[in-house]
Amino acid sequence: MVSEKVKIEPLWKIRLRLSFQSLCRNWALFWESRIGPLGLGIILFFVLLMIAHPILMATVWDPRVYDPIMGFDRALVGRHPAPPSWAHPLGTDPIGRDILSQLMWSTRSEFALGVTSALITVVIGTLIGAICAYFGGIIDTIFMRLADLVMLFPFIALLMVLRSVIHLDLWRLALVMGILSGFGGITITLKAQALTVKVKPYIEAAKVAGGSAFHIIRHHIIPNIMPLSFLYMMFNVTGAVFTEAVLSYFGLLDIRMSWGIMIHTAESAGYLGAFGQYWWLWAPPGAAITLLCFAFYLVGRGLDTVVNPRLRKR
Amino acid sequence: MLRYIGWRIAQIFVTFFLFLTVVFLLFQAMPGDYTKQFIMNPRIPPEARQALAERLGLTGSVWDQYIHYVRNVFTGNLGVSFQYYPREVWDVIKERLPRTAVLFLVADLLAFALGYPLGKYIAWRRGRISDYVVTVTGVLFYTIFTPLLAIILLFVFSNVLGWFRSGGFLTPSLWLRPPVSPQTVFLLLTATICGLLGLWGGSYFLTRRIGHPRPRTWARRGLLVLGLGVAVIAWWYSGIGKYAWDIVWHMFLPVLAVTLISFGGTMLLMRDSMLEVIREDYIVTAKAKGLPEKVVRDKHAARTALLPTITNFTIGLGFIVSGGIVTETMFSWKGMGLTYLEAVLQQDFPLAMGCLTFTGILVLLLHLVVDVLYAFLDPRISY
Repeated sequence: MVSEKVKIEPLWKIRLRLSFQSLCRNWALFWESRIGPLGLGIILFFVLLMIAHPILMATVWDPRVYDPIMGFDRALVGRHPAPPSWAHPLGTDPIGRDILSQLMWSTRSEFALGVTSALITVVIGTLIGAICAYFGGIIDTIFMRLADLVMLFPFIALLMVLRSVIHLDLWRLALVMGILSGFGGITITLKAQALTVKVKPYIEAAKVAGGSAFHIIRHHIIPNIMPLSFLYMMFNVTGAVFTEAVLSYFGLLDIRMSWGIMIHTAESAGYLGAFGQYWWLWAPPGAAITLLCFAFYLVGRGLDTVVNPRLRKR
Repeated sequence: MLRYIGWRIAQIFVTFFLFLTVVFLLFQAMPGDYTKQFIMNPRIPPEARQALAERLGLTGSVWDQYIHYVRNVFTGNLGVSFQYYPREVWDVIKERLPRTAVLFLVADLLAFALGYPLGKYIAWRRGRISDYVVTVTGVLFYTIFTPLLAIILLFVFSNVLGWFRSGGFLTPSLWLRPPVSPQTVFLLLTATICGLLGLWGGSYFLTRRIGHPRPRTWARRGLLVLGLGVAVIAWWYSGIGKYAWDIVWHMFLPVLAVTLISFGGTMLLMRDSMLEVIREDYIVTAKAKGLPEKVVRDKHAARTALLPTITNFTIGLGFIVSGGIVTETMFSWKGMGLTYLEAVLQQDFPLAMGCLTFTGILVLLLHLVVDVLYAFLDPRISY
């Protein structure tokens, strides 16, 4: 009679509860790292900037004046680049466009580029790391030597040449960077992690139960190296945003507007020579690039303390 | 040990060939025939163009061109630069490579000298306010947009304080009628720096017979000060001292920039590696024996923690070289990075190819140096 009263919980409910619990635990660890939340805060700030731009354009800002690419303020003709004022909180650039609007508009493309490129890198890196660790042998050797080679290449130098072969716009740049760094150092780190998973007893058990190589890699190895992949994704976002900014700063990309291009515009119009006088041309975009890279790196380090128990407080 | 180094050299040779192949294919994929570049430049006669094409084997098939290219890399016969027309590519590289090498050697050593103790320190005081402050500062400098850092440094030191010139390799007005060429002075400077570094390394071997640690440290410092004094006096009385000082003076800002950018990497690696080491049992033992904190930290923990830091350092080398392009451009320091950027922008492909190849060689040599150093430092490697 008693046994009938025990209510059997559905499996999905248990799973949900367990994952919620682990999320709470990990969040506490992440919060404890202090620097992780700081980075997350900065990222949220940029997300807010990104969301605010279309709203401002639709309500307060006149598109003819404030459009990040085509805008021009006729009220200030002859006085561009104009210093910060109430109408233009961060001033205008040499061709009369609003700096704040450009800054906010570019946030979207920086996020798109960083996240796309990092996702591609991590997917490739995780797959290759898991496959190399599981099979070993010749496959392992080939990919490890390839990683050595990719690590040897100065990335920015390579992209500078590549740009005359491929027409690099935002998405292609994300793709190229993602693929290239996916075969780089990340495979070595993830393979090392996958090797520690491979020797666990449950892999043996899965093999004995008749699991195929594909099944074991997909359901046992990859989920276990996933946290580390996620961590490296953060560092890769930093790398991608930085690389894009440097290339745009040199004027090597086919992107209409980005933070790097904003500094490039200031430089090619000759306003970078007098540093202090026209600070609003280089300081806001430079600070934005730095802060976004900084934030993703901090989040990465914060996640590091979650993933790597040896880095936690004793 | 020798077998290990030999094996590493063999591996590096294979990587180098792969690197050459990739560079070759990359430039092969370029649209058009690069001897047709600069066709409007009247200073380059068509015969020279023809001669260049034959020298680089551009008349043959792709395979012929590849063989030619590999042979040319090893014989230094890289063709003629279009930008600096009558000059050989090898001649340009010979001039620029030491500048980059010295800049990075000095800056990276300084970055290490700054990052290693800081990392050690903040790992020991983890969770305190100083740990957070130093970590966040380190990350900020590590991820700072390099042009922004350069602009700020130039603004502060050159515009506001007026201590340094805003870039370049030397002050032209001073070098109107120099007794020796700048290159000679620079090579002599390089030799001085390398000599001092050698003395620093050698002082460890020279003083290792001294039994007590304190006189040993003093003897080592004495040797170093002596070497530095001899170098300064020699430069002072050589008559070209003011020229050398001019170059050193121009080097300050780029070195400062590269140091600030790269110390964070070393520091964070050292911190993480140190955090793993101080959980080991032998650290507890050392503390339990009643050894002073400083001894446990510096002698027991830091030395073990140094090894993973060095390994990870090699991973960042390509990144450092990439950053070098930006730093050199911002400070107009005519090294390999700036030369490469200019060559790519001007489509001076023989020069760009040469620069990329020799940057690769530089990185590979650094890899080798770090590997050998590692073999010396790690007692577990005994091949």
